[in-house]
Amino acid sequence: MTQQFYVSPEQLMKDRADFARKGIGRGRSVVVMSCRDGIALVAENPSPSLHKLGEIYDRIAFAAVGKYNEFESLRQAGVRYADVRGYSYAREDVTARGLASVYAQSLGAVFTAESKPFEVELVVAEVGHSQDADHLYRLTFDGSIADESGFVVMGGAADVVVEALRGTFSADLALPGAVRAAARALRNGGPAGTNGTTGTTGTNGTAGEGDRTGAPALDPSVLEVAFLERDPDTLRGSRRAFRRIGGPELENLLQQEQDI
Amino acid sequence: MLPDDAAAAVPRAASTSFADYLGVHHPGLLPSNRTLGPVTGSTDASHLAPHATTIVSLTFPGGVLMAGDRRATMGNVIASRHIEKVFPADRSSVLGIAGSAGIGLDLTRLFQVELEHYEKIEATMMSLDGKANRLAAMVRQNLPMAMQGLAVVPLFAGFDADRHVGRLFSFDVTGGRYEEHEHHSVGSGSVFARGALKKLWNPRLDEASAVRVAVEALYDAADDDSATGGPDAVRSLWPVVYVVDAAGARRVPERELEAVAHAIIDARSAAGREA
Repeated sequence: MTQQFYVSPEQLMKDRADFARKGIGRGRSVVVMSCRDGIALVAENPSPSLHKLGEIYDRIAFAAVGKYNEFESLRQAGVRYADVRGYSYAREDVTARGLASVYAQSLGAVFTAESKPFEVELVVAEVGHSQDADHLYRLTFDGSIADESGFVVMGGAADVVVEALRGTFSADLALPGAVRAAARALRNGGPAGTNGTTGTTGTNGTAGEGDRTGAPALDPSVLEVAFLERDPDTLRGSRRAFRRIGGPELENLLQQEQDI
Repeated sequence: MLPDDAAAAVPRAASTSFADYLGVHHPGLLPSNRTLGPVTGSTDASHLAPHATTIVSLTFPGGVLMAGDRRATMGNVIASRHIEKVFPADRSSVLGIAGSAGIGLDLTRLFQVELEHYEKIEATMMSLDGKANRLAAMVRQNLPMAMQGLAVVPLFAGFDADRHVGRLFSFDVTGGRYEEHEHHSVGSGSVFARGALKKLWNPRLDEASAVRVAVEALYDAADDDSATGGPDAVRSLWPVVYVVDAAGARRVPERELEAVAHAIIDARSAAGREA
């Protein structure tokens, strides 16, 4: 009969957290940014079909980094939660706050009770009718929840991307401008060697100059981009604010940056 | 080949149907799970709730159109002059309901969530045939209620992105699904509407003339069926008309319908005939 070694709860939780953080740190980054015309979601993602960004409900979107199967199951559970709630109450009774607290509970329960914590980090974003009403909830593997304002960066090189974004972020940006700022920050903050920049540029001005001479242009094929539009009703006659940007539209949008 | 336990896990994870999910986890929320007790020969609940009546639908090159009148009746009483019976199901399809209004509205809401749910889970749109089959399954689940007089018979129309044509499906209370060609109508006034459609429809209609044909068919239905409402010039109530084409489903604006309805009323007044 083998004796179970005593492991202190502190040590156990620390080990689990380190494990989860390591898993998340391997992934590429995602930026979610609130701006004038809505919320821009930009991810580094070479796959055109395995999404890191997804629609949850009329005005709610989901962004994630980490293990695909884990965050995809969370996304689907979120869609089910939102659809059941909207169907049994009313569509306006589905809120990001409600969804985020359900996610927090599930992540927390898995973190403490299951043999392996989820290696994921999520953002639940809800676009409001005014910018003050935008919500960005950030959820981590242990079920902690944070109500962020402005922008959120998750994933491997998050710190570098945050640094790069801090100079360019402005709440007055239109959606295309926000996507360009996020894409630029992702490229500059991405893992060294994949983008050709040295990674030492701090402000957007110098980064822009450096890119034009040596680095490749923003590559739409490795970006996944989506919007939550503030007024989908007037823009497209739809109550669903989530819209994916891809293909030629994304190329156009990124191209504009080169011209400026 | 997947191992047995994995094979068992896949369908659990892969359920993309909102209605199936409700059936397992929240069965009380399904409209079909409300029953009036055991079916007996004498149970007839049809007088309990308003009934929606005539829906017409017709195809034209590049699309399909659906129109419904605005009347709901309870026996010989007009329960509503404002009811809407044609709804967008998703971006590229619409459905109209005839029969028990409350159940029809619930069915519509469930069907709309079903399609949106599939789209969000799968990150792709359901095929038009898939949508028609899902709707058929929902109608079939309502069969016990239909036996007690609360039947709903939808009409479903959508744009088939693969074939690039508008298509039209009718259903019976047992969940039978029938693809209709050219045009179709359901509800108590449908016999009269169908007669009008047969004479007025032709394969070269454009969108504007298709709208006129649909309104005219509803006018004929309202003329002879007391449960179908005609254009109401006093209250400015016009039929609800949706057009579906490659660009998606959109509602025809009130002012266009007002012009069409007035043109029809004027033409018939000028003709000065009795029937």
